[in-house]
Amino acid sequence: MTTSTNQAPDSEAATREAAAALTGVETTARSTAEAAAQPATGITGAQSLVRSLEAVGVDVVFGIPGGAILPLYDPLFDSLVHHVLVRHEQGAGHAATGYAQATGRVGVCMATSGPGATNLVTPLADAYMDSVPVVAITGQVPSGAIGTDAFQEADIRGITMPVTKHNFLVTDAAEIPQRIAEAFHLASTGRPGPVLVDVPKDVLQATTDFSWPPRMDLPGYKPTTRPHGKQVREAATLIAGASRPVLYVGGGVLKAGASEELAELAELTGAPVVTTLMARGAFPDSSPQHLGMPGMHGTVAAVTALQKADVLVALGARFDDRVTGELSSFAPDALVVHADIDPAEIGKNRKADVPIVGDAKETIAQLVEALRAEHAAGRTPDLAAWWEQLDDWRDRYPLGYDWPEDGTLSPQYVIERLGAIAGPDAIYTSGVGQHQMWAAQFIKYEKPGTWLNSGGLGTMGYAVPAAMGAKYGCPETTVWAIDGDGCFQMTNQELATCAIEGIPIKVAVINNGNLGMVRQWQTLFYEGRYSNTKLHARNADGTPKPVRIPDFVALAEALGCVGLRCESKDDVDAVIEKAMAITDAPVVIDFVVGADAQVWPMVAAGASNDAILAARDVRPVFGEGQV
Amino acid sequence: MSRHTLSVLVENKSGVLARVSALFSRRGFNIESLAVGPTENPDLSRMTIVVDAESQPLEQITKQLNKLIEIIKIVELDGGAAVQRELLLVKVRAAMAERTQVLQTAELFRARVIDVNPDTVTLEATGTPDKLQALLAVLAPLGIKEMAQSGTVALGRGPRAMSGAGTLRPVERTA
Repeated sequence: MTTSTNQAPDSEAATREAAAALTGVETTARSTAEAAAQPATGITGAQSLVRSLEAVGVDVVFGIPGGAILPLYDPLFDSLVHHVLVRHEQGAGHAATGYAQATGRVGVCMATSGPGATNLVTPLADAYMDSVPVVAITGQVPSGAIGTDAFQEADIRGITMPVTKHNFLVTDAAEIPQRIAEAFHLASTGRPGPVLVDVPKDVLQATTDFSWPPRMDLPGYKPTTRPHGKQVREAATLIAGASRPVLYVGGGVLKAGASEELAELAELTGAPVVTTLMARGAFPDSSPQHLGMPGMHGTVAAVTALQKADVLVALGARFDDRVTGELSSFAPDALVVHADIDPAEIGKNRKADVPIVGDAKETIAQLVEALRAEHAAGRTPDLAAWWEQLDDWRDRYPLGYDWPEDGTLSPQYVIERLGAIAGPDAIYTSGVGQHQMWAAQFIKYEKPGTWLNSGGLGTMGYAVPAAMGAKYGCPETTVWAIDGDGCFQMTNQELATCAIEGIPIKVAVINNGNLGMVRQWQTLFYEGRYSNTKLHARNADGTPKPVRIPDFVALAEALGCVGLRCESKDDVDAVIEKAMAITDAPVVIDFVVGADAQVWPMVAAGASNDAILAARDVRPVFGEGQV
Repeated sequence: MSRHTLSVLVENKSGVLARVSALFSRRGFNIESLAVGPTENPDLSRMTIVVDAESQPLEQITKQLNKLIEIIKIVELDGGAAVQRELLLVKVRAAMAERTQVLQTAELFRARVIDVNPDTVTLEATGTPDKLQALLAVLAPLGIKEMAQSGTVALGRGPRAMSGAGTLRPVERTA
């Protein structure tokens, strides 16, 4: 953390230093908050904003300064809120998201007006789709210049309306504490999401008073967190009477911190569990009740269990098209219990037979109680036949992969070994594409908050900055970014940030020289016409040239990281272990893998989940008569 | 498709209309008319939104609207249980020869003459969309020079109100 030793301490800084001294060297967010909560008069809007961030308990902000937000960076220089100077605002946004997903706290990013702010749009849209609590603070041109096409002016409030839970334009410095308090409250409660606070430069410069806590004024915001008892009992009755139930677990369970409750529910029901891409880690992969991930690249057992279920218990999940496939043929025989904190998700895609609006933690806890009552009354289902069927699918169609025929390294093997060596205590982030699916499939997640990825928006470039944010929030934890070479070239500039700020993340670049997932679709659906998916240097006929552009090892080293390379199976474990042993610098491993490995199983886009292929041209036989 | 009238109490803040209209456009909902105005409480505005929707999308519309932070309450005002009015201003050709006919039509529809000159008469009429349609049909042969029509505004019948004691039941937030 930076401190303000080179600054003449003003009275506020002195107060904060006194508070810091009282609590020792390890100044916690709490003590910062207590010190900052002291009222102040005659301070600037910028000082008020920094004190508000301190009071709300922010320990780190990811951002880049610029003209309109400059007044804010001056008091930030003295603050106990640490600022990580990123290299691109997109990195700031994803870092805030990674921080939030790893710690459960609100992630904060900051940018100046105009292009600084618009560079935050992608990470905000990403956080919105994945319901991640993020607060973005942006500078804006002075109030009088708004609407005049002033230098670096962009209507960021208008631009981000569709991709934020809410946003504010602060028009009066006196409002600053209230708006910050409201932003953090909105971001972190109900269905979490990103909130943007846009502050014109003159508002930052104005003189104002500060007091904390401010009164929040959100008369239209009343999220329902307590589930309706009658609905919960109805759900319990349905579950107790089911012969083919499935617990369909989504990211809401992680957001609510409801993994323990889920474990209890799973044990009580004995039902199979599937965890969506956003929910990996919510339920241990080691549990025999866990069938894995459902959806387009889910396991045959998970996908088919949903298709054949008679009762689906959706917990914090939203029936995304990547999970349901063709909606009209999804889980045709199932009655649906749908529990979500967002009432708009219920019935949006799939009709709910028992809708439950509430926080997943409370809902699942109450469901457990209600089910106990059902069981006590003698209604205990016999799932033996169901499990016999599920085990059969699981045995016949396990996750697997073939080694490339050309002798190149298998990307799945690399990811599998990485998961085995780094283990379930590490945090894994990923970009978007084949490597993401393999990381979701072949790493065994045991704990919540250990798998961070861009699920809803599918943002390439998420892995490195998200890993940076996660590592900052969890410095004692090993954080691996599993990235593709396409994704990595979008955001690797943040490795310089990691190197300089001392955030030693580890990056595994699954380098197949191509935009792999798009290439896979071209192989399967476009007769192998590889239009603009080859990233590697190539000859006129498209064959690869034996030159590395870029050379990821050299690039890593140029960015202040340790660069390693691995091209053969025999070296995989050793290079991972070497990277694991380096704890004082970021490490990048360039895993050079084959270009033609594919992600299986697969349900083609728009197809029915019944048409899942376990591997290319391998259609599972489900024993139709049995269920 | 079916018409539904939603009465929406919103915070009287800048940007609320943009949020509501943007929500309709990005979710693919159809607005037939939208009217915004002040209420008895200066902190609140009322939007009266007529939407064209089947019942299932209507539920999505109200749920998505309810997610907007600045929306306080949404009530669906059904035809029979609410009064609904639109305002029409219409400028009709009315030289001496047709003037009597225009004025008689106005009287028939309880429209008021609000501007007169040698060539035209401007009428003001309020009523249900059906009534105003009928008026326009009668005036059309005479020659409508221009017209302006408001969206529907509506209030529930009876003593209950959307806020305060004895309030109207909001569209369910839960399922």
